[in-house]
Amino acid sequence: MIALVGVLAAPLIGAIVLAILPGYRASARINIAVSAVAFICALLLLIQRPDPGRYLLVDDLNVVFILLGSFVGLTTSVFSASYIGHELATGRLTQPYLRFYHAMFQLMAFGMNLALTANNIGLMWVALELATLTTVMMVGIYRTHEAIEAAWKYFILGSVGIALALFGTILVYLAARPAIGGGIDSMVWTVLVAHAHGFDPALLDIAFVFLLLGYGTKVGLAPMHAWLPDAHAEGPTPISAVLSGLLLNVALYALLRFKILMAATPGAIAPGPLMIALGLISLIFAGFMLYRRRDIKRMFAYSSIEHMGLIVFAFGMAGPLGNFAGLLQMAMHSLTKSAIFFSVGHIAQVKGTQRIADMGGLTETHPLLGWGLVAGVAAIVGLPPFGVFTSEFLIVSTTFARQPVLAVLVVLGLLVSLGALLLRVISIAFGEPRGGDGPVRASSFPIVAHLALVLIAGVWLPPPLVGWFQHVAALLG
Amino acid sequence: MGLAFDIAHMLAGLMVLAGLMMLYQDRLYPLLHVLALQAFLLALSVAWQAHLQDAPHLYITAVIALGFKAIFIPWALRKMVFRLGIHREIEPVVGTGLTMLAGMGLVALSLEVMLPVTAHADPVSRQDIALALSIVLIGLLLMVTRRNAVSQVVGFLAIDNGISLAATGAQGMPLVVEISVAFSILVAFIVIGIFLFRIRERFDTVDVEALDRFRGERR
Amino acid sequence: MIGPFLVQAGQMALVLLAAPLLTGLVRKVKARVQRRRGASVLQPYRDLRRLLSKEIVLAHNASWLFRTAPYLIFALTWVAAALIPTFATGLIFSWTGDLIAIIALLGAARFLLALAGMDIGTSFGGIGASREVMIASLAEPAMLMIILSLALIAGSTQLSTIAAFMLSPEAGLRVSLALSLLAFVVVALAENARIPVDNPATHLELTMVHEAMVLEYSGRHLAMIELAASLKLLVMISTMACIFFPFGLVTGDAGAGRYLIGIGAYLLKLAIAGTVLGCFEMSIAKMRVFRVPNLLGGALMLGLLATLLLFVSVGL
Repeated sequence: MIALVGVLAAPLIGAIVLAILPGYRASARINIAVSAVAFICALLLLIQRPDPGRYLLVDDLNVVFILLGSFVGLTTSVFSASYIGHELATGRLTQPYLRFYHAMFQLMAFGMNLALTANNIGLMWVALELATLTTVMMVGIYRTHEAIEAAWKYFILGSVGIALALFGTILVYLAARPAIGGGIDSMVWTVLVAHAHGFDPALLDIAFVFLLLGYGTKVGLAPMHAWLPDAHAEGPTPISAVLSGLLLNVALYALLRFKILMAATPGAIAPGPLMIALGLISLIFAGFMLYRRRDIKRMFAYSSIEHMGLIVFAFGMAGPLGNFAGLLQMAMHSLTKSAIFFSVGHIAQVKGTQRIADMGGLTETHPLLGWGLVAGVAAIVGLPPFGVFTSEFLIVSTTFARQPVLAVLVVLGLLVSLGALLLRVISIAFGEPRGGDGPVRASSFPIVAHLALVLIAGVWLPPPLVGWFQHVAALLG
Repeated sequence: MGLAFDIAHMLAGLMVLAGLMMLYQDRLYPLLHVLALQAFLLALSVAWQAHLQDAPHLYITAVIALGFKAIFIPWALRKMVFRLGIHREIEPVVGTGLTMLAGMGLVALSLEVMLPVTAHADPVSRQDIALALSIVLIGLLLMVTRRNAVSQVVGFLAIDNGISLAATGAQGMPLVVEISVAFSILVAFIVIGIFLFRIRERFDTVDVEALDRFRGERR
Repeated sequence: MIGPFLVQAGQMALVLLAAPLLTGLVRKVKARVQRRRGASVLQPYRDLRRLLSKEIVLAHNASWLFRTAPYLIFALTWVAAALIPTFATGLIFSWTGDLIAIIALLGAARFLLALAGMDIGTSFGGIGASREVMIASLAEPAMLMIILSLALIAGSTQLSTIAAFMLSPEAGLRVSLALSLLAFVVVALAENARIPVDNPATHLELTMVHEAMVLEYSGRHLAMIELAASLKLLVMISTMACIFFPFGLVTGDAGAGRYLIGIGAYLLKLAIAGTVLGCFEMSIAKMRVFRVPNLLGGALMLGLLATLLLFVSVGL
């Protein structure tokens, strides 16, 4: 119980403290410390889970994501410490905004942890709204024209998505009312799952459509993805890492909670075809869009859209393998993409630009960053022995067994994106050195830690993790 | 059907009418007035629901709707519009007739979708949810057909009104007050955001087409 | 046996006599609002008598249509007026008093007037006719929408049935009725060529709609047309009174005293409507012709919304 409270309270208190404290060094250190506390609490949650309460819950589905979330938060805060120092030095970020940045960072961590641990679907919605608000504030923090456009687009699209998701939540409550009746318990997720067989299936169908569209906007599914590339490209890189690595996952996690409800209600239409369609569209669309991108962060943002499309496709295919693969892919993508954004952030700083055409020969000038980027991209396109290969292989094989045509489309999308990413990364990492040559004060810990984890997961998955994922895969139907 | 239903029906129907009235406004001040009217009708509807369901906490939601959404937000937007200097602009509204027809189509669609699906609920709940969905869809239509950032935000506020109607119409929903407060905070941030992001200051116009120049898609 | 016939004949006479009085009242109210004394309310009677005694001046190329149209228009409008329950429902001809039939009669009258306006071949007649038909093409659908929503509420398009339904407590508080009333008012303003759609007192030909079509008429032809226009205003107001404010209507058998009260109530409703119309016309300006479709489109939307909302409340 203490651990659960700690996971939530640490970021919240940290946000308040960081909002008051001036001074960059102290804020960065406190940021790391608070994230470390949250991570330790998440580790404790692995060992012993509290009983589900009326508002908070830790079960097989969210324990991994809580741990993952706090880990990525920790490594991002380490990355952010050195990254922001450079931004301060170049004047891109000014002192007053620094407190704002750190406070919003921890507030966002609080929001995400709350969304992950919420047992009440209304509370989950509020927490996601809080996470949206904080990230919007941070995307616009550079106050350039492009940043403001990106933040405004993200704000409007994200808010419309949140509004639709709220409407879906209300409809879920309505669908559950005949089985549960009114009262505070009628929005508690564990109670909902227990009574799901009595729900009104037609109403639940419509509710899920709204939830898919609403939360799907926050996941970045095409055609609701329009905010994603801009938000990633124009915000500070730690925010891009957190957006790709965590926030997309949390929004998808919210969708999964409702998918479990759908699976438990007999008579509800299978949400599969809709999710498959949206996932495939995102996958193939993003794959082709990767070729024309000239900004490095924008390119990896489209890669995030593509992977989220793949994950939603996997959950749409359903079945034990499909769901398991989707969950695994969520975790692997989160680690890999944030590692890539860490290296991209430092690369952009040393080269002084985000344009791909202006970068080159990275492995000669900055070997650690260059090879880190190469390894990261190798991981994200699905090359073995990295963990992403495992999950993608599972997805393709289960799809091939059931719907060969769709498998062909999936492989097509994956190959298209593989081509684009490898092409670009080769031009950045190898060849004649181009672009700036500044020194980098980067900590190598975040990138190395993430990629090491992904590499290990590609070879060996810890049995408890496999057990949890299999259990959730069964629940997802 | 009873007086209870009739009054709820009248208030929800007038909210839909207010939403449709927003679609053909081409000046900003009248648009804000219609928004205030819709929020006022929402407050009355929520208060009536509080009376019908015997749920005193809904009176708080009604007061929030009245004070915040019907009075404060339109006033704040009015001040903002004046300071941005766009209060005299006439916005090119794309095809009023077509937009109105689309709005009516959306009302018919939401009635057609929601009424059969909620067959087991009681009549007041059913018609509140159905008309709330139509208000949400009209708000979306308003956002899509406008180029001015303030009008788009007004469309979002209409969506907010519709969702509040749905939340209070769904009888016995817990956390209604908390959720409506949270949503109101989001709304407040958006309204502040127009000013905070200082779109006008940066671009000399609140016309979001001007933002398109800075769309990074070409990069 | 004679009684019902007398009552029906009485109604026909009543509407014929009351129509110029109504027009006179509206003009008087407008004048008073403008701080003029205005002509007497009996002035339209004098105008009609004057016109009836004047010589007809016909253009060389006027056809038989031009000569017969005024009588036909007057006849159609008078029949429509006779069918509306003004002070009593259940009159002899009431079974024909169907809303759609009444609209058809008025529509036929308008058709003839438009044709007559084009008959001589002057440009102003053409302008008036084309504008009139444009307004009609939008007002008629709006009217039909209103009739549809009323029929859905009351279960019939018979005016007597609708009036009886509205008097009963089943009618209740309905937002669809309010929307229908609003739409009806807009359509009535358009049909009767009142501000904001058309100015009946204008002398500028380019701003005319109704007046432009009757520019060439003189003598008793003009008297017929003027009387028909007054009757049309009476028809619209009576319909509105019968449907939305049916207080004082005599339903079923009643004694002479009750009939007198009914007539009194009807005249009172006419007076109130005339006053409100006069004040309303003076309070807003005439719209540009190009904006009239917006107004009528709005009325159509109101009617459509009323119908949709009815499906909600009736279908639940």
